Amino acid sequence: MTSDNSTSNSGNEIVANNISKTFGAGPFAKEVVKDCSFTIESNKLTVMIGPSGCGKSSIIQLLAGFEPATSGEILIGGQPITGPGKDRLVLFQESALFPWMTTWDNVMYGPRARGEDGKEAAKQAEFLLSKVGLEAFRDKFPAQLSGGMQRRAELARAMINKPDVMILDEPFRGLDHMSKELMWEYYANLFEEDRNTNFFVTTDIDEAIYLADRLLIMTNLPTSTRTVIEIDIPRPRIIDDIANSDRANEIKTEVMTLLHEEAMKSFSGGSKAAADFLEAYSKRTS
Amino acid sequence: MKFNQLKKKFSGRAVLRGVSAIIMFIIIWELGARSEEMLGYRVPFLGLVPPPSAVFTSWMGLVGDPSYWSSWYMSFLRVFGGFLAAMIIGIPLGLFMSVNRTFYGIAFPSFEVLRPIPPLAWVPASIIFWPTQELSIAFVTFLGAFYTIVINVLGGAQSINRQFLQAAQSMGASQWDIFRRIIFPATLPSIVVGSAVGMGITWEVVVAAEMISGGGSDGGGAGGGLGFFIWSSYVGGSYEQIIVGMISIGIAGYFSSELLRQLGGYLTPWLKTR
Repeated sequence: MTSDNSTSNSGNEIVANNISKTFGAGPFAKEVVKDCSFTIESNKLTVMIGPSGCGKSSIIQLLAGFEPATSGEILIGGQPITGPGKDRLVLFQESALFPWMTTWDNVMYGPRARGEDGKEAAKQAEFLLSKVGLEAFRDKFPAQLSGGMQRRAELARAMINKPDVMILDEPFRGLDHMSKELMWEYYANLFEEDRNTNFFVTTDIDEAIYLADRLLIMTNLPTSTRTVIEIDIPRPRIIDDIANSDRANEIKTEVMTLLHEEAMKSFSGGSKAAADFLEAYSKRTS
Repeated sequence: MKFNQLKKKFSGRAVLRGVSAIIMFIIIWELGARSEEMLGYRVPFLGLVPPPSAVFTSWMGLVGDPSYWSSWYMSFLRVFGGFLAAMIIGIPLGLFMSVNRTFYGIAFPSFEVLRPIPPLAWVPASIIFWPTQELSIAFVTFLGAFYTIVINVLGGAQSINRQFLQAAQSMGASQWDIFRRIIFPATLPSIVVGSAVGMGITWEVVVAAEMISGGGSDGGGAGGGLGFFIWSSYVGGSYEQIIVGMISIGIAGYFSSELLRQLGGYLTPWLKTR
């Protein structure tokens, strides 16, 4: 955005151009992503939302470089993605904290792996642990932490690496609603700290609206980008205010309408996952 | 804290049940073994076995006998020698097979062909191709633990959560770092389990090998190990000593397993927190 010499924060915009991904081959081939294009702008929190099972996780595999796209290309800072790299860091759906390491060792894993575990890294680890409220749990193993604590430890473990792009795959899925709201605040706080490029995938509309700068709404399988909505609610956002904000509710209705249409399509295509959403939607609107 | 744990461990219903069961077992055994002199009728099976009191007396006689203890020593030496060799060769082999596809392709088929051969089937062959009997026994013991350890290491390393590897990769870890700090610790619990099972098999094998090979030529009858001790008691018609030998192996096996459990718990502290 600023200079052409794009190596740091400004040059890590991700552009996906007409990517497709097919798993398997022949009669068993399943097209999961089809002709999908989107942009993850630098220094913004982009949230991707779509019907469950629509292929969002596949897009993450492509962005992370764990899987190659069948066609199309993904550029990061103008360079095509060919494999995993430390410029992109993925936070997975299920906890991927290393069970044999304490919270502290987990957080310090990245710096140590790169041979950067000096005083600076230790200081940063301490700062991040206090930021996510886990100072007292630094010597505990992951199995000794609650689900929410594990997710926070994982956030800290990811953030310490200062990746150009953070990719989060439904990181708060499976937590109860109260813990989820707490996680949103912790996470938004950490994001505000250095405003790196973040890409956050979810199926939760409230989560999406609370967190996003930009919201990508995806279509049903095989997925592509349906709409992009700019969430122009000022930060820091307060959960209770958002619940009463006209603008937020307007966006929510818009998102729900779009997701409803996609769910209808997916339901007529035989997906059971969409049935729950449809039922919830009809109760809400009637 | 430590005292309370001990107190907790050794009081309560479970311990009471265990102790009374053992006492009942010994009483029934004693009565059964003495049935002929007491009832004039010999109970099947138990009537043929020496009574525990006689076994105990015979055992007390052996406690002061150095050759009894050298049997312990010899068996332990063979078990731990074979077992250590199995760990030193088996763990790297299993790990290497799991990380290197080419090596896996080369080594695994031959491994799988050799694996079903029971270690005891190797006894005659190993007597032929090892220069001393001691080495052939150690080799057979080694085989007992080897296959189990390799299979467990391999299984453990292959079932590592893929996300651990992807997470480490995206944090910029090198292949060596991933091996050292992800694959190895993730496999440790399987290594511990494989070792515990392997240790059990080692004791089974060493006893049989000692019986077959005559307990090693260098030690003569005296240094023949617990398996040979049982065998020579049988040949010499000392039935009490057979039972003493059997119980001794039970105790020795228990101590070996307990040692491994403690070591395993020390190496995998995160498992205790589950």
